Amino acid sequence: MKNKAQTDPVEGMSRRKFLKSSGGVALFIGASGMLPHLISCKDSNALKKQLQKHPITAWVQITEDGEITIYNPAAEMGQGSMTSLPLVFAEEMDADWSKVKVEFSPQETDIYGSEGWAPGSKLMFTVGSRTTKSYYPVMRKAGAQARYVLLSSAAAHWNTPIEELRTEDSFVIHENSNRKISYGDLVPYLSMPETLPDLSESDFKDQKDFRLVGREIPRTEIPSKVDGSAQFAIDLRLPQMVYGVLERGKLNAATPTLTNEDEILAMEGVLKLVPFDYAIGVVAKTLEEALAAKKSLQIDWSEAQASGFNSQDIYPEYKQIADSRKKGDAIVELGDVGQAMKKAAKVYEVDFKNDYVYHAQMEPLNAVIQVAEDKKSADVWVGSQQGPDTKLGVPDLVGVPPEQVNVHLQYLGGGFGRRSMNDFVNECAILAKEMAPLPVKLIWTREDDVSYGTFRPLSLQRLKACTDAQGNISGFSHCVVGDGGRLVTSGARNDHYDIPNQLVEWRETSHGIRLKHWRSVGHGPNKFAIESMLDEIALDQSIDPVDLRRKLMAKSPRALATLEKAAEISGWGSPVAEGRAKGVAFVEHGSMGTGICEISVDRNTGNIKVHKFWIALDAGVVVQPDNVKAQMEGGIIMGMSSVLKEQITIVDGRVQQSNFHDYNLLRFQDVPESIETAIIPSTEIPEGVGETATPMVAGAIANAFLKLTGKRLRHLPFTPERVLEVLNA
Amino acid sequence: MATFRLNINNTAQEVEVAEGTSLLWVLREHLGLTGTKYGCGIAQCGACTIHVDNRPMRACMLQVDNVSDGQKIRTIEGLSVNGTHTVQKAWIEAQAPQCGYCQSGQIMQAVALLEENPNPSTEEIKTYMNGILCRCGTYMRVIKAIELAANTQST
Ligand code: FES
Ligand code: FES
Repeated sequence: MKNKAQTDPVEGMSRRKFLKSSGGVALFIGASGMLPHLISCKDSNALKKQLQKHPITAWVQITEDGEITIYNPAAEMGQGSMTSLPLVFAEEMDADWSKVKVEFSPQETDIYGSEGWAPGSKLMFTVGSRTTKSYYPVMRKAGAQARYVLLSSAAAHWNTPIEELRTEDSFVIHENSNRKISYGDLVPYLSMPETLPDLSESDFKDQKDFRLVGREIPRTEIPSKVDGSAQFAIDLRLPQMVYGVLERGKLNAATPTLTNEDEILAMEGVLKLVPFDYAIGVVAKTLEEALAAKKSLQIDWSEAQASGFNSQDIYPEYKQIADSRKKGDAIVELGDVGQAMKKAAKVYEVDFKNDYVYHAQMEPLNAVIQVAEDKKSADVWVGSQQGPDTKLGVPDLVGVPPEQVNVHLQYLGGGFGRRSMNDFVNECAILAKEMAPLPVKLIWTREDDVSYGTFRPLSLQRLKACTDAQGNISGFSHCVVGDGGRLVTSGARNDHYDIPNQLVEWRETSHGIRLKHWRSVGHGPNKFAIESMLDEIALDQSIDPVDLRRKLMAKSPRALATLEKAAEISGWGSPVAEGRAKGVAFVEHGSMGTGICEISVDRNTGNIKVHKFWIALDAGVVVQPDNVKAQMEGGIIMGMSSVLKEQITIVDGRVQQSNFHDYNLLRFQDVPESIETAIIPSTEIPEGVGETATPMVAGAIANAFLKLTGKRLRHLPFTPERVLEVLNA
Repeated sequence: MATFRLNINNTAQEVEVAEGTSLLWVLREHLGLTGTKYGCGIAQCGACTIHVDNRPMRACMLQVDNVSDGQKIRTIEGLSVNGTHTVQKAWIEAQAPQCGYCQSGQIMQAVALLEENPNPSTEEIKTYMNGILCRCGTYMRVIKAIELAANTQST
């Protein structure tokens, strides 16, 4: 019976009440006292609507047997949000973690968002490694509020002053009278306090009292990922479900003309052909029938903007753009670089280049959407990194109001930035509208995922640095040539190197190639350029690369601490085995860290072997240390993969790769012996860790290579052919 | 369309699909055994790894026509009740998965490895596992989990 309020929202609503506190926080509680819900929301109307739609909706629910359900508002793509955010909540609530279950929250930004880019705005968007940082205060406050309701209810129940009570592990305790009551047993007595204090930092737990945050807590969803039960959107099966696939060609924005429509429609299982501006969609009864039809499509493609573009031939043009007197957009201007160069004792100038790379998330893009028979509502099952529009563009495409679109977030088989774009969801919505009320599962084949990929842009970095008479770096200019704005410029600024005159400039190009954020975005190429440049200067001045950075970081104690720690754990400066060398690189991307690697090079094959990697990381308060280490390991492996192997090439606008046989990823045989992470203890607010390790790799490897061979790797990826070319030059 | 009989996880199954349909689609879309994943369809990623008569195979490369009901197919769902296989337990202990998508394939390949070679060296592990990709970069922990499982088995 006690679930009645959950399953009957309308009846439930009438038995619930709302309160608003000064901080614009509404507390919602089942008047039956059995299922308290806590929600932070500015608009109580939105809240009411939300509860009507999702009766089991809130930050937390407690049942009489003490089971606690906490809602995770962020996407889970392997980074651990399914554990980290609820853990912060449970810490403040003083919940017994063994009784906690975690579920995804509904996709309702006003209720479940964290602070967005603009102050005061709310956002549900799992990107830019923002999850832990942006939700840390939200989850702490919500958890502390839940605890306050429990405390005040116990105070009323026992008729004791609330100040005399404390909580521990899902119990409220009154030492004076030697009484304790579990959260579950308290449920029948739960009542709404007259006012809900606007809890803030000083009301939260002291870090030294943390029992969960900072401890080795296994991730909640891992058991479901070892028995095959974790559900990804691609795993969904619904009654009467049909299958959609699209043929999008290899040239972005080319328009298709189908020349054998009748033949396709006559094929076994084919239900419908749906034309798109840039593709032909096929819906069939089974996946194999849809794929067979896709293969048989005969399409004439138009030319498009990218026609004639050859990616590997573009660099001379990029050099000319960098040479040109025409300035681009200044992103950072500090002091006067021009003056510094004029007065310099020595000027260094180097170009760095990087080819396109592809996300290669292991779960190809897909979605399942069902539009209701009356076309007035839609259900969406998707692995998405969410977005400013948590309904992912479906309402407009289906022609229904946003509140009639229910997004059921599924686990993501990798995101890396690819799933923060809704192209695949939109395609599925269009097919689902055509097929209503049949649910449509849209699947991108791996070939679709590669050929119609969205890539980290190709770019050129022209770095110019100068030193003064004392050998100090007095000016640093970083000109990025490439397409995509922040996609190519992120990470070009130096926040922790004390160089008085700095300039970051972007010079735009455009080739009509699909581009997207790719784990750590522009940081990969830009940190590669910056860190390599520093080592070239160090070599020229005969200074140790760590010493050079030490000097530059003198005013950034946190950055410096990561450098010192990494040097310490890697044994920097002590002798290295014959034929090996170490290289260092520093990165800030929310959190900051120094990475050091040890490599050797096979001079016959051009193969670079990374033997070891060490990282020292300052990420503020670390919620899940082991998970942070996992992110470092994964980030380094993905970095090594992109730096040593990955390359998308374009010929006449057409993507040349199509699957993992020609788009190589790092495999087991290439992994280092060890990746060791030291976490710097900190009480500062948590910073994202997902994108800090990846951009360390290129600089660290290039610098180790320079040390080992005296030669310079300046073009990503460092494929064996390129390495041989550099060695033999 | 034709009817095919299969023995999957010690259960007799019957499916009606077009001849030549890949076993991967049969398992996932027709029989609902979705623990086996699609990653590439061309034997490059290993996400679809299953056992046929105890040998690791890529389901995406097998056509349903080529498997007889005399052959025993084992998928991740058939590995254990409640995820209690030694390898699965080691996986949890090592906290190996990240996104999790490749992990069924990793585990099925690892189980086959340990059945063939209960005490593999790290190099042997890397060689045997080389066909299974992980974009999240969990390789280090997968190796650790296999070593843990091997140690548990041998004690
Ligand atoms: S899906 Fe079979 S090996 Fe990739
Ligand atoms: S855990 Fe994500 S691909 Fe392996």
